[in-house]
Amino acid sequence: MSLLAVEGLGIRFGGLHAVKDVGFSLKAGEIVSVIGPNGAGKTTLFNMISGVYTPGSGRVLLEGEDVTGLDPYLLARRGLSRTFQNLQIFQAMTVLENVMSGFHLRERGPVLADLFALPGSRRRSREAEEGARRLLARVGLERAAEREAGALSYGALKRLEIARALALEPKILLLDEPAAGCNAVETEEIDHLIAEVAAEGTAILLVEHDMKMVMRISNHIVVLDHGEKIAEGDPAAVSRDPRVIEAYLGAQAQESTHAHG
Amino acid sequence: MKLSAKHSTLLLLALIIALAPIFFPSAYYFRIGSVVFVNAVAVVGIVILTGYAGQISLGHAGFSGIGGYACALAPVHLGLHPALAAVLGAVVSGVMAYLVGRPILRLKGYYLAVASLGFGILVSMVLANETAITGGPDGIKVADLGLRTLLADAGVPLTNAQFWYAFSGICLLIGSWLALNLHDSPTGRALRALHGSEIAARTVGVDVARAKVTAFVISAVYASVAGSLIALQNRMITPDVAGYMHSIEMVTMAVLGGAGSVLGAILGATILTLLPQALTVFQQYEQIMLGLVMMLVMIFMREGLLPSLTALVRGRGE
Amino acid sequence: MTELLQFLLSGITVGAVYALVALGFTIIYNASDVVNFAQGEFVMLGGMITVFAYKAGLPIPVAALFAILLTAAIGVAFNRVAIETARGAPVVSLIIITIGASIFIQGVAQVVFGKELHRLPSFSGDDPIRILEATILPQSFWVIGGAMVVFVGLWLFFTRTLLGRAVLATSNNRVAAQLVGINTGFVMTLSFGLSAGIGALAGVLITPITLTSYQVGIALALKGFAGAMLGGMGNPKGALIGGLMLGLLESVTAGYLSSQYKDAVAFVVILAVLFAMPQGLFGRKATERV
Repeated sequence: MSLLAVEGLGIRFGGLHAVKDVGFSLKAGEIVSVIGPNGAGKTTLFNMISGVYTPGSGRVLLEGEDVTGLDPYLLARRGLSRTFQNLQIFQAMTVLENVMSGFHLRERGPVLADLFALPGSRRRSREAEEGARRLLARVGLERAAEREAGALSYGALKRLEIARALALEPKILLLDEPAAGCNAVETEEIDHLIAEVAAEGTAILLVEHDMKMVMRISNHIVVLDHGEKIAEGDPAAVSRDPRVIEAYLGAQAQESTHAHG
Repeated sequence: MKLSAKHSTLLLLALIIALAPIFFPSAYYFRIGSVVFVNAVAVVGIVILTGYAGQISLGHAGFSGIGGYACALAPVHLGLHPALAAVLGAVVSGVMAYLVGRPILRLKGYYLAVASLGFGILVSMVLANETAITGGPDGIKVADLGLRTLLADAGVPLTNAQFWYAFSGICLLIGSWLALNLHDSPTGRALRALHGSEIAARTVGVDVARAKVTAFVISAVYASVAGSLIALQNRMITPDVAGYMHSIEMVTMAVLGGAGSVLGAILGATILTLLPQALTVFQQYEQIMLGLVMMLVMIFMREGLLPSLTALVRGRGE
Repeated sequence: MTELLQFLLSGITVGAVYALVALGFTIIYNASDVVNFAQGEFVMLGGMITVFAYKAGLPIPVAALFAILLTAAIGVAFNRVAIETARGAPVVSLIIITIGASIFIQGVAQVVFGKELHRLPSFSGDDPIRILEATILPQSFWVIGGAMVVFVGLWLFFTRTLLGRAVLATSNNRVAAQLVGINTGFVMTLSFGLSAGIGALAGVLITPITLTSYQVGIALALKGFAGAMLGGMGNPKGALIGGLMLGLLESVTAGYLSSQYKDAVAFVVILAVLFAMPQGLFGRKATERV
């Protein structure tokens, strides 16, 4: 059975179909990428799957259960976690605290225990801290642990967000342009990290502009254009698909006329 | 052993409270000191709500009103000891905060500000108009806490001003200790996370509506305790304690010093309590000063005095 | 029946003032997403400056015009000095800035105008006019008529003029408006000036009935705000209807229930609206962008 299934998903913004009738599915350990030109509806699709937007039509199934339109915090409890294209970092907290917040579901307890710093509360904090330090080491940020997150570079923040999402030990991880703004070395690191996480059995849904990376690590690719799925298949098949080439070339052609005009 | 930030903050606070009386020119300063501490207790509650969770309330004085009038009314009508009356006031405030907050905190932005403002004004109207019970705008007398007599019997004679200085100072220390505990706890991280990015807080599993209600209820209890302290210390209470201006003062004290930090908030409470005392000659300019301070700090030092100054000093040091 | 009619007439009069204050909120909120808690001070300034200009020897129409223009200028200055400078600050900071401005303006008014009540003669005498069995002051017609002129004028401005449409476009999407070449800074200036001017006009019209003092602003701001919430924040039609409904509710409450709790109506309305229908009667639902 698939871990995540999307069926006929769609949403309209002011009469305009931002996403229309999109469907695909993900199995454990699989990396599925969603690609398409700018404005194709990739992030909107992510926002619907992760509960940020309520879909206008269609269903999202998590392990066969209908979770359409559930609040993100309820999806998090069912094992779905995500990162954001335009970073959503807790700026005023330290790097370590950012990742510790990813342990929220495991570290939360009675509020009174937290107010009075009872041993149970301190133990849960300590465990979250240990887990967070391990994750920071994994994304190469262990030395920045005590710094305020707002002071980090863009590439480092991208990795911080991934670490925070991993702290939930998700069954399904949605990554929205994890390598955007990263240099070649950083991209390769993220590349390895994603493959590693998938190898541990997490299903990964990826939106990414770096085509080399997408072709290298994806098991399956879904292509969107103008909010609709125009193709899907393995990387080799997709890269040969004439509709995909047209969508991309069409977009490029438009961009170049813009540049010249 | 190196002291944690929490313990050094508490130690610093305790030392200031304990040693400040050495420099008091007259006994009157004990009285001013206790007013500062009581205000600071309420403001530490605002730190939890505004500084940690990023929510704003313009009606917290309403909870101070509940706490204060509980101390006046419960001993008379229910036969409760004044200390238990304060506890009752805190419980009622917490329950009210829950009832008001639960439906509203699901909404975003300025809705809590508006709803709490409405709530606070309604409380102060009831207190001023239900003269038969509350004594109306002139206020009502409050029973003696009785602790000072107990201390005197036990061989610790204190003047009234000294006693309230010490008692409210200890209350402030306890309040600060709890707030600092919360800051570095799972709940505190959840609150600060939703302050930083509500959407990201939701994706890591924080039930945002519930977290906001938690912060609202805790801060309401702080405001209620502060109201009780005012009532017990003055041996009387008036509806002003629940007034709009009192709510605004609380928020201003918190943001002036730095709503994110307990120490900053206490600094803000100190400055705004002492300023009118120092400026009694310029009393008619008090509002102008208050308004100007609110605007200038929010425009030029968004983090508040203490964090901005700390950043400045650190910047120089590097 | 007579009683009810009497309450309705006085309700519509105060309601018209609340509607104008609510409209002022709406204009600024639409242009900048700022809830301007200093809106009531514009009303106070309008009445107060007119009183003093009149005392100084200006005829009432000139004094009123002077007050409206000066208040509009203060609104523009407030936007330039405080709101524009604090652009991008979180909601909490913006709320505190506008409350600070409200307290500051009150403080200055207290020093400049004094603490006592000030009166202004009615524009067309004080002989009550009989409608069926009830009576109404001529000044009430000025208030209601003034509100109607403002609402119709603004409706024309927003629907028929290029500038008005630019303001609407900015309120819908600031970035998009900038992209199509709308000077959003100017739109902000215009909104604050317009909003302050409308507030001042409300103050001018109502002062002969209610008198004025340096501290009338807060209550008016809160009630205008309640009207705006009731109608649906950000909707001018909602501001009109919400303001009028609040005025009617208040005067009926004062008449039939308790005059002490007349002022509580606004806050009960605020809480009830938030509990039951946060979008208000005509509000729009916002989709959050991530």
